[in-house]
Amino acid sequence: MAAKAEVPAIMKQARYAPWLYLAPALLIMLFFVVYPMVNTIYLSLMDQDAVQSAAATCVAGQPCWGILENYRHALTDETMLLSFRNNLLWIILMVPGTTLLGLVIAVLVDRVRYEALAKAIIFLPMAISFVGAGIIWVYIYDFKTAGSQIGLLNAIVTALGLAPVPWLTTGPWVNNIALIVVGIWMWTGFCMTILSASIKSVPKELLEAARVDGANEWTIFWRIIVPIISPTIIVVLTTMTVNVLKIFDIVYVMGKGQPGTQVIATRMYVEQFSRFNSGLSSAIAVILILAVLPIGYINIRRFREQEAMR
Amino acid sequence: MSDRIKALFRRLPMHVVVILLCILWITPTVGLLVTSFRPRQEVVDSGWWQALAPRETVGQGEYERYCASCHGADGTAVSAANLADPERIAQFRMSVALTARLRQNLPDGRPHLAEELPDAQQTADLLAYLRQLSGLEGTADQPRFTLNNYVDAVVGYSGQASYVESGCAAGNSTDDACLGTGIASERGMARALLNSLLVSLPATLLPIVIASFAAYAFSWLHFRGRQWLFVVLVALQIVPLQMTLIPIYRVYAQVGLTGSLVGIWLFHTGFGLPYAIYLMRNFIGAIPRDIFESAYLDGASHWTAFIKIALPLSVPALASLAIFQFLWVWNDLLVALVFLGGQTPVLTWQISNLVGRFSGYHLLTAAAFVSMLLPMLVFFGLQRFFVRGMLAGSVKG
Repeated sequence: MAAKAEVPAIMKQARYAPWLYLAPALLIMLFFVVYPMVNTIYLSLMDQDAVQSAAATCVAGQPCWGILENYRHALTDETMLLSFRNNLLWIILMVPGTTLLGLVIAVLVDRVRYEALAKAIIFLPMAISFVGAGIIWVYIYDFKTAGSQIGLLNAIVTALGLAPVPWLTTGPWVNNIALIVVGIWMWTGFCMTILSASIKSVPKELLEAARVDGANEWTIFWRIIVPIISPTIIVVLTTMTVNVLKIFDIVYVMGKGQPGTQVIATRMYVEQFSRFNSGLSSAIAVILILAVLPIGYINIRRFREQEAMR
Repeated sequence: MSDRIKALFRRLPMHVVVILLCILWITPTVGLLVTSFRPRQEVVDSGWWQALAPRETVGQGEYERYCASCHGADGTAVSAANLADPERIAQFRMSVALTARLRQNLPDGRPHLAEELPDAQQTADLLAYLRQLSGLEGTADQPRFTLNNYVDAVVGYSGQASYVESGCAAGNSTDDACLGTGIASERGMARALLNSLLVSLPATLLPIVIASFAAYAFSWLHFRGRQWLFVVLVALQIVPLQMTLIPIYRVYAQVGLTGSLVGIWLFHTGFGLPYAIYLMRNFIGAIPRDIFESAYLDGASHWTAFIKIALPLSVPALASLAIFQFLWVWNDLLVALVFLGGQTPVLTWQISNLVGRFSGYHLLTAAAFVSMLLPMLVFFGLQRFFVRGMLAGSVKG
């Protein structure tokens, strides 16, 4: 254990004192985080009203996974598979997309005098709610069959002499990618800020030495900056993966009534609050936490390393 | 060429890329802002980038072709049929009435129009032009920008005209859309703004206070399982919000907490605590030990050390945490949707509802901007703390 986190031995404390300080936090977390986790697992094994085991919902002659019946639904149902595919598409495009863009912008703005302004502009969407961003982008993607387009994107498309595209209703790729673009617009600022702080910590002498040795900026970026900040890049990648797995608001607001754009979190919401099937909904939630579990493990390992270095 | 100019040219592509990216990033928001100030009809007719372009006058070409030769450019040349008279034009409520009139012969037996009659679209445009010419409707001199959209959004008006034009405030308007509007309207953004504040402020304060206590214990108090408990805490940060919704919702439904403010405060507190404790512990734990030791020698208890040393010294961390938690709660839709719904509409809920009813971009953009105003102010005013908070704990999702 690191020295600085050690408690000064000369300070007296009553035996119960720590628990007085901790009690409110522990009680609330126990009820709002730990209990729901256990309860969700239980609910996922029950039928839609949580009165009997999920095995009871099996139909004779149909495939059945017994008590894991909800999981069979969640993993084999066509709309569920679609939302898994969509979530995967989100991860494949958005995680590298935001990280790479954030990295490029962080490196570039590091060399200009208007850095603060440029960063504020890129970061601004983070302060806006997903709902507000949804409106901004529904407007950009606006589509009219004929006449003058008031959506910026279709105005550009028609100005180029092409036919306007109904971006948000053209499946299966265009609509999903249109939503992912919104996600990238919102989260690039987050990646940029974290990566930028890390880039600034790269020793200046190292860069100067490389330049004196005749390395060009491209080589410096790939051979010096990237290796040094790679732990931060990993943090950004894992954090973004968790964020994207949980993506809800953008899809809920912009993709309303669009079955082709559903993701795991919106699916879960629909099952619970439109179809009132708490069993299936809980099973989806458990699948979601299983998906983020490896990242939790990576976080703990990183935390331990940090503590050891202190 | 001097070295400076050479350097400038070498760096030019970089500047171009940075500036292009910035323009690309800010354009969507600018579009929203511009649209929110444009009159309703213009928003429907043209894109926001044309907000300052010369206005096309609908039907002017048709008027010049069919009418101007007899009625004159201002419509007053035929005294028996003065087209500048609003009452006369008001008779033609729809363009079919105008078509009928154009088909009729004139009093002296000649056909009204020497040439072929205009088609349906042309007639409609012609009528639109006549309505402007006679002063029945506002002319092209109407302002290009207006605050009406904001008024409509704030009072919850979503009819065909606007709250101001319909005279809803007077209470004797014939516009049905006036019903239920007003500063305290359930459909209005004013009410939603107040609700958002009522939800966000306690939901920000509560977790910070509770987390500070816990963080102090994790940093400066002895107890068994201290390390172990803290690792669990780090792990809890990745629990997806969605996972906790259903069980809590069921408990709330049983004890009658759904739709109540207390319920949503507690939920946000519970969900915000793991990250808040993690951040505060990193900060309070980094305060030099000597400070606490000398305080103890002066006779301070843990309680005094917490209140007089730990809290004042961690003001920067408290500030970043407050900003983060506030924006998180303010911008949240899912939790509000589940635990508050329409009973206590918050801003995000209200806007999502407007999108569902599709109330027109003039209204949506104004409403969205109302909800974005406070976060933007917080962001620009306290950017320093904001960034620091994010860097301190980038594991929160």
